[in-house]
Amino acid sequence: MSPPLVEISAISRTYAMRSGMFGRAAAVHAVDGVSLTIAKGETLGLVGESGSGKSTTGRIVLGLEPPDSGEVRFGGKPMAAPGTAAWRAQRARMQMIFQDPLGALDRRLPVATQIREPLDIHGLGTPAEREERVRELLRAVELTPAHGARYPGALSGGQRQRIVLARALATKPDFLVCDEPVSALDVSIQAQVVNLLCDLQAQLSLTLLFISHDLRVVRQISNVVAVMYLGRIVEIGSADDLFARPEHPYTQALVSASPAPGRRSAGRIVLSGDPPNPAARPAGCAFHPRCPRAVARCKSEVPTLSAVGGDRQVACHLVTGAATRDAA
Amino acid sequence: MKPLVSIEDLRVAFNGVPVLRGVDIALQKGEAIGLVGESGSGKSVTWLAALGLLPRHAQISGSVRLDGRQILGAPAAELDQVRGGRIAMIFQDPASALNPVLTIRRQLCEALSLHRDLQGNAVKAEARRLLDLVGIPDAGRRLEAYPHEFSGGQVQRIMIAMALAGNPDLLVADEPTTALDATIQAQILELLSTVRRELGMAMVLISHDLGVVAENCDRVAVMYAGRIVEQAPSNQLFADPVHPYAQGLIGALPPLDGPRRRLTAIPGTVPDPAHMPGGCAFAPRCALVAEACGLAAPTLAPIADDRSVACVRAEASRRALLGIAAE
Repeated sequence: MSPPLVEISAISRTYAMRSGMFGRAAAVHAVDGVSLTIAKGETLGLVGESGSGKSTTGRIVLGLEPPDSGEVRFGGKPMAAPGTAAWRAQRARMQMIFQDPLGALDRRLPVATQIREPLDIHGLGTPAEREERVRELLRAVELTPAHGARYPGALSGGQRQRIVLARALATKPDFLVCDEPVSALDVSIQAQVVNLLCDLQAQLSLTLLFISHDLRVVRQISNVVAVMYLGRIVEIGSADDLFARPEHPYTQALVSASPAPGRRSAGRIVLSGDPPNPAARPAGCAFHPRCPRAVARCKSEVPTLSAVGGDRQVACHLVTGAATRDAA
Repeated sequence: MKPLVSIEDLRVAFNGVPVLRGVDIALQKGEAIGLVGESGSGKSVTWLAALGLLPRHAQISGSVRLDGRQILGAPAAELDQVRGGRIAMIFQDPASALNPVLTIRRQLCEALSLHRDLQGNAVKAEARRLLDLVGIPDAGRRLEAYPHEFSGGQVQRIMIAMALAGNPDLLVADEPTTALDATIQAQILELLSTVRRELGMAMVLISHDLGVVAENCDRVAVMYAGRIVEQAPSNQLFADPVHPYAQGLIGALPPLDGPRRRLTAIPGTVPDPAHMPGGCAFAPRCALVAEACGLAAPTLAPIADDRSVACVRAEASRRALLGIAAE
């Protein structure tokens, strides 16, 4: 295994949220002690429902937001202080792709100009070289120079997401954070973009942090998958194995909730209760109020992420408790 | 058996641009049918047109019969009895379908007094029963709450309760779970199927998610560019799709188990309704395209009991799927 390009150690981020105009500010633990490593050329998939902290994790990893505690190391070095030259050099090596390509593009600029913008900002190459690089990038995302002359409004959703991808690749980054990059696209277009991402990753040996709520897409593209629930990682393991044999009750429910054509809903695990509120996280295991197998210990003691054999780690008393009993 | 709703040759155009180009659907009492297709394929427009919910500048032609009675272009007074009474509809974004400044009780009771012959306390009791039915805990107290005091999944439950207020024979659910998280989606789908079973109600489930439709419907119609291209029982469609577009949609879906394979993406994009290709609308993206495809748009023709496909290359497509060399 190659050395990790990105090392995230115990990052936490808390926001203050007020309920109503005069309500008391409550602390929302968006991310709570998340540690992850991503090896060079690998894809780490991050799944979870809304409010699980997966997007905040992505933003902290890129340095768009500072963690309250913990540290992110990129290429073995800690992140430079924002605004410095070292920080700019580091930022050119990492880029981000968002869900809504129309929101990420300027509607009043031809898309080729927008692809060139990062080259201008980071002062890469002569103007002629930049033009050539833009043509090369358009080809890389399977578009033509004619597309480059258009405005975002004149492109389809899939084409826009390709433009966003081309722009992200302009500075030849080593690391891409993709936050729900295909969620807004239709199935047939989604498959085009997923295939393109896989190809580009192989060609350019990119390292990806792929954030999505769609288990199918995450499995398709990831080597390792981490499942988040209310700011913590509850399970992590290799993609195929994790979805084939989920250990954590929450992962099991998620996998079971993913509808499959050709399979009638037999034995589906339907969780009771509402989606969790990050501002009122339950004590103990945050999942216990919805967990079909919760026991008394789950209400009081926070489970830690522990290895349960292979490369799998699970944060659940029932799973790790059973594993330790087996070992004893 | 006479169908509950039968739609024949329904066509819709906005400013002369056709978006629905001849749709036929027949729905039996108590049946659940799924409509799948990508954005712009006309799956929502079909039902908005059928219920007279499109803006006035939409040009609509064709026929929509409910129990044999024509409802397309029917007078408003008659449509008001149908909408919410015989046929109810729920939408993707439940939060914007509720009035934020009125309590749930006011909104539920409004629907009840419009469609049911109930007076006084009976209305409130019925509102409470409906809220109970859709699984809102502590229904009596929650009736006095406002929409923002409920979570997204609960608001969709309330919308389902309102849709059930008129005891409809048919519920049209337009992407009812698209805005919801996976575990909440599973809850709402389970609620819909329980309610349908208990009330013997027919359902049209409109979704872009093949899996959702496959698991919850008896029959599926696949739409592309304003037409139905394939119609079949769910299990047959997903095991053995015949239309190249239906095959493409299923191939584009990443599997959740088994070996990983490269996704078979459908090349190109959906055609612009204002510049529709002559002949089959899918031809420019189709791997099996032949000369005949450009000549005339294929009509939906039966290929087996309860199955029909609109494709001149249906036979070749079927052979390609089975791995037999075509011709």
